[in-house]
Amino acid sequence: MKILVAIKQVPSRDSQLRVNAAGRWIEESDLSFEINEPDAYALEEALQLKEKHGGEVVALCAGPARASQTIREALAKGADRAIHIEEENLGAFDTLGVARLLARAAAAETPDLILTGLQSDDLGYGQTGVVLAELAGLPHATIIMQVEKMEDRIRVKRELEDGWFQHIEIPLPAVLTIQSGINKLRYATLMGIKKAKTKQMRRHTAAELGVEPAPTVVLDKVYLPPRSKQTVLLEGNARQQAAALIEKLKFEVRVL
Amino acid sequence: MSLLVVMEQACGAWHRMSWETLAAGQLVGAELGLPVAAAVAGRGVAGLAAELAARKLERVWAVEHELLDPYTADGFTAALEALIIKLNPSLVLFPHTYQVRDFAPKLAARFGRCLASDVVRFRIEGGEPVLVRQMFQGKMNADFRLAGPGPHFVSVQAGAWRAEQVESGSAPVETFTPQLDASMIRAKPLEPFRESQRAVDLTAAAIIVSVGRGIKEKENLHLVEELARALGAELAASRPICDNGWLPMERQVGSSGQTVAPKVYLAVGISGAIQHLVGMKGSKTVVAINKDPEAPIFEVADYGIVGDLFEVVPALIEEARKARAG
Repeated sequence: MKILVAIKQVPSRDSQLRVNAAGRWIEESDLSFEINEPDAYALEEALQLKEKHGGEVVALCAGPARASQTIREALAKGADRAIHIEEENLGAFDTLGVARLLARAAAAETPDLILTGLQSDDLGYGQTGVVLAELAGLPHATIIMQVEKMEDRIRVKRELEDGWFQHIEIPLPAVLTIQSGINKLRYATLMGIKKAKTKQMRRHTAAELGVEPAPTVVLDKVYLPPRSKQTVLLEGNARQQAAALIEKLKFEVRVL
Repeated sequence: MSLLVVMEQACGAWHRMSWETLAAGQLVGAELGLPVAAAVAGRGVAGLAAELAARKLERVWAVEHELLDPYTADGFTAALEALIIKLNPSLVLFPHTYQVRDFAPKLAARFGRCLASDVVRFRIEGGEPVLVRQMFQGKMNADFRLAGPGPHFVSVQAGAWRAEQVESGSAPVETFTPQLDASMIRAKPLEPFRESQRAVDLTAAAIIVSVGRGIKEKENLHLVEELARALGAELAASRPICDNGWLPMERQVGSSGQTVAPKVYLAVGISGAIQHLVGMKGSKTVVAINKDPEAPIFEVADYGIVGDLFEVVPALIEEARKARAG
């Protein structure tokens, strides 16, 4: 089974974010970056499917030059090769534009399965996988917690709301968006890191893929969210803070 | 020029967010001077459409077809695509549910559009809508504009508008029968199920102590368990804790877990990603303990303690025991 995994590089989870001078994005100069968490689970699922059924795992990533670090890490974990759509100004594209880039690059590969995380931790649109499926003319299933390969189809467990689930069968090739927690992530081994250096990483530009940015949803301004509530911050050392909180709960909220 | 609200139902019952979306549609429609219509799709939706007819709407569309039950992305996309081509609305609004996330991006792509998903506010500037979305897991907000001619597609976040703001009125109901064929539907959905009977009903708890990634290791969970006992509270968790198997899924609060509204919600080491906040922001009093003063959880907190939970929680346990004993 040939599996394509679309991954994205995002600011590390614990980053302290600041708005940049132009007010249209965050200041990136002092940030560290990592693989988008749901995409890490998508990659792991692809590697496990390959271990079970054989085949090939190809990592696909649209992002600036710095994203090559995240791609290398995917190769170190076990992806066989990678495609990097290198674009410094990915923000000029909307999700549809990015999905077009991914679809063009994916078309040449004719994969049996395309996996990606259900949403990104930065923009959070939660739709790249679904749009990619539409553009590629493939069926899809979203928020997947289990993948089981059958003859010419797959059976997936889809998460619904409020603790409900549903099994769905779809024919291959197909696109799945993977939920965090579907599997247990592996670490790259030393051998894997060494091997990654020799693995193929093909580069494309947006222009080579023939996709122009033409966003219909345009980001205007980024800012810190206004506080919807006036938070009373309890000061002092831990003991004083704890005492103050218990007093509030007892005399103001009256639950104790 | 019009605005279309696509309501969600399952087995003849409304999804609770449908009314919030309708309220959003009525407010935005009034501000933009657009007539507002609503649609409900499925099999046997006449009763639901009749209910919608008692709201202030230009028209109610009952999108009716046997192939719309059960839900599939292929079926819903084709049916709503046909309705949108017929009505040519400038704006289409959806509730940001799991089902909408499954088909609305595909539907928008059919019209060469990108879904503006999970919108929390609308503003009108120069006659044009400006949409506010959260980014970076709620750490930042951003304003977006819609470029080019409609239809544009927008989904709205749970709890961002209030269902009770829906205006009553009366509207004609029209049935729309899309041309669907079984061969268009590629997925075969099976019956929805629950993993296990829920033994824990978090919705009944007056106080909830909820734990997140900040607890670091499973071995540290006893701290929050003791705190919950000391406060007479139920223990809950954010998604990563349940994903790791540290606590059972039935204790998860958030969009994929339970939605709770206790008297006090005490968030310990929870940063407050959107998916978590939608499950608890209805709580009467929110307390947040987090080492990061910029954590989004503080945006919804009434009381905040910026500090190390490994120091604060033991102190809290002691103080809570004293308070309850005295």
